[in-house]
Amino acid sequence: MTTTVTSRARLARFRAPGGFLLGAVLLLGVAPLVLPDFRLSLLAKYLCYAIVAVGVSLAWGRGGLLVLGQGVFFGLGGYAMAMHLKLADATAAGETLPDFMQLYGTSDALPWWWEPFRSPLFALVMTVVLPMAVAAALGFFVFRRRVKGAYFAILSQALAAALAIWLVGQQATTGGTNGLTDIQGFFGYDLNDPVNQRMVYLVIAAALLLVMVLARQLFVSRFGELLVAVRDSEERVRFLGYNPANVKLVAYVVAAGMAGLAGALFVPAVGIISPALIGIVPSIGFVIGAAVGGRASLVGAVLGAVAVAWAQSTLSDAFPAAWTYLQGLLFVVAVGFLPGGLASLATLLRNRRTRPDSSGGAV
Amino acid sequence: MKGELKGEGLTVRDLRVTFDGFTAVDGVDLDIRPGDLRFLIGPNGAGKTTLVDAVTGLVKASGSARFGGQELLGRPVQAIARTGIGRTFQTATVFENLTVLQNLDIAAGAGRRWWTMLRRRKEVPEPVERALETIGLSALRDRPAGVLAHGQKQWLEIGMLLVQDVRLLLLDEPVAGMSHDERQATGELLQRISEERTVVVIEHDMDFMRSFARSVSVLHAGRMLSEGTVAEVQADAKVQEVYLGRAAEPVPSEPVATAQEA
Ligand SMILES: Nc1ncnc2c1ncn2[C@@H]1O[C@H](COP(=O)(O)OP(=O)(O)O)[C@@H](O)[C@H]1O
Ligand SMILES: [Mg+2]
Repeated sequence: MTTTVTSRARLARFRAPGGFLLGAVLLLGVAPLVLPDFRLSLLAKYLCYAIVAVGVSLAWGRGGLLVLGQGVFFGLGGYAMAMHLKLADATAAGETLPDFMQLYGTSDALPWWWEPFRSPLFALVMTVVLPMAVAAALGFFVFRRRVKGAYFAILSQALAAALAIWLVGQQATTGGTNGLTDIQGFFGYDLNDPVNQRMVYLVIAAALLLVMVLARQLFVSRFGELLVAVRDSEERVRFLGYNPANVKLVAYVVAAGMAGLAGALFVPAVGIISPALIGIVPSIGFVIGAAVGGRASLVGAVLGAVAVAWAQSTLSDAFPAAWTYLQGLLFVVAVGFLPGGLASLATLLRNRRTRPDSSGGAV
Repeated sequence: MKGELKGEGLTVRDLRVTFDGFTAVDGVDLDIRPGDLRFLIGPNGAGKTTLVDAVTGLVKASGSARFGGQELLGRPVQAIARTGIGRTFQTATVFENLTVLQNLDIAAGAGRRWWTMLRRRKEVPEPVERALETIGLSALRDRPAGVLAHGQKQWLEIGMLLVQDVRLLLLDEPVAGMSHDERQATGELLQRISEERTVVVIEHDMDFMRSFARSVSVLHAGRMLSEGTVAEVQADAKVQEVYLGRAAEPVPSEPVATAQEA
C-alpha cells in the first residue's frame, strides 16, 4: 500500500507541470496556428474571463468568499488601461482631449485625475494596484467586522452596481453609458492590424498562464492550507492564534488584482470598457464559469469560464432572453447540486467505480 | 511563580457570564497551579463549557481571568490563544478537508513569518512529528481528518494543542464517546502532558476522574461548589448532595479503573 501511495504521489508531482506544459502549447502554439483572426480574438476575450476565474477560484473555491462583485475590480483595471490608451490615441491624433470629452465635455481641460494616466507605467501599475487597494480597504472592514457570507455577497453586488451607476452619471469624464470606446492603439501598436491583435492574444494567454502558476503556488503553500482551514472552520483557526480576517484579506486582494489585470487586458482585446461590462450581471457572470467548471479546481474554473463565455456569445445572439435564464439555472445547479463543478464529476465517477476503503484504520 | 514547567497558573476572580438575563457563570473564583491536572466536574448545564468559553474569549464575561500575569478578558480569541492557552470543543472540531498532517502543521504555524506561509511545506516539522507519535496517528497522517473515528479526532485536537505549544490546555469532555481502553490511553496521555503543561479537563465520568485527576473543582448552577483532591471532594457533603447523589451512582471508595488495566 505504501508503494502505491508513493508512486501515485510521484505521478501527481509530474501532473501539474505536465498539464501546464500542455496548456502552454495549446494556448501559445496550437490556438494561434489553427484559429482564424476572428476566432482568436474571441478566445482572447474568453481568456480574460478565465483570468478573473482564477482569482474567483482562490477567493471562493479555496477561501469560501462568494465574490459576487468582481466586476468592480475588472472595471477599475479596464478603465485604468482604457484611460491611458485614450490619452495616447488623442496625443497620436494631435488632440489634447480624448474624443468623447470634446463631444460631451463642459471644460477644455483634462480632469486632474486623468492626468497621471498619461504615463504608461503609472497606468499599468494602477490596473492591478487600484483594484487591490480598493479590495484591501473594503476587505479590512468587512472581514474584521465578521460580515458573514450572504451579506458579503450582497455588499459586493451593491458596490458593483454603485460603480456602474457612477460611471454612467459621469458622462463628461468617463464616457457614461458608452464607456471608453474606439481604442485604436496599444502602446504604439495599431490595434486594427490583425498581426497586432494576434500579439494581444499572446500577451493575454501568457498572462493567464502566469496567473495560474501564481494561484497554484498559493494553493499548495501553507497559506493555501490555512485558507481552506478558515473556510471550513473560521472559529477553530482563531483558537490556534491566527486572525482569519488577514487570511481572507490576502485571498480577496489577490483575486481583485487578477480581476484588474483581466480588465486591463480586455481593453486591447475588445477595444472597449463600459459600465455594462462591470455591473451586477457581469459580476455574477464572472463566478458562473468557475462554479460550473469547479471553483476549487484551478483548471476547472478556467475551462468553465471559457466554456460559459463561449456558450454565452454563441447562444445570447440567437436567444438573448433565454440565455439569462440559462445562466441563472447553470449557477443554481452547479452550486446546489455539484459544488465541485464539472471538475469533481470525474473524481465522483471514479470513486463510484472503485470504492475507497473508508475504514478508519488502526492506530 | 515560574518553574521549569512550561505551564503557568490561571487565576480567575469573580467571573460572571450572563445570557439575556440568565446567569450561566455566577461569580466563580478558580486557581489553577502550574503543572496541575485539574478536573472540572458538575452536572449538565452547570456552566463548565461557558467558563472555558469566557476564559478563551468566545463569550463576554465580567470579573478577571489572569494567565501568566496577563488579563485575558476583553481580548480577542486569537490574542488569548497566542498567550499560550489552547482548548478543545465538546464536539471535536478538526479541519475535515485537510489531512491529519495538515491539521497539525497549521496548529504549529501561528508564529510563522508571513513569507514562509507562501512556501510549500517541504518536510514535516519536528514538533509535528513528535505529536503524531504522541497521539498515535503517525500511520494516518495523510488521511483527511474527516474520516477519522471520533476518538481519533479528539486525539488529533490534543495533538494540535501540543504543536501549538500551549502552556494551558482546556479540554471540554475529551473522552466522551470513547471506549474504556481509549479513555485509559487518553488519561495516561493527559498525565504525561501535565508533566510539562497545565491541563484542565471538563468531564462527567467519575471513574475517569478518580483515576487521573490531581485536583478537582465542582461547579454547580454557575457557582463553585467545592474544590480539593479527589478524596476531599468526594467526602464533601454538598457535592454528594447536588452532584454525586443525583448521578445515582454508587461512590466506590477505591479507584477501580487503574486496577483493571495493567
Ligand atoms: N449561548 C448561550 N445562550 C444562552 N444560554 C446559554 C448559552 N450557552 C450556554 N447557555 C446556558 O448556560 C448554562 C450553562 O451551559 P454550559 O456551560 O454549556 O454547561 P455545561 O458545559 O456545564 O454542561 C446552560 O443552562 C445553558 O443552557
Ligand atoms: Mg458543556
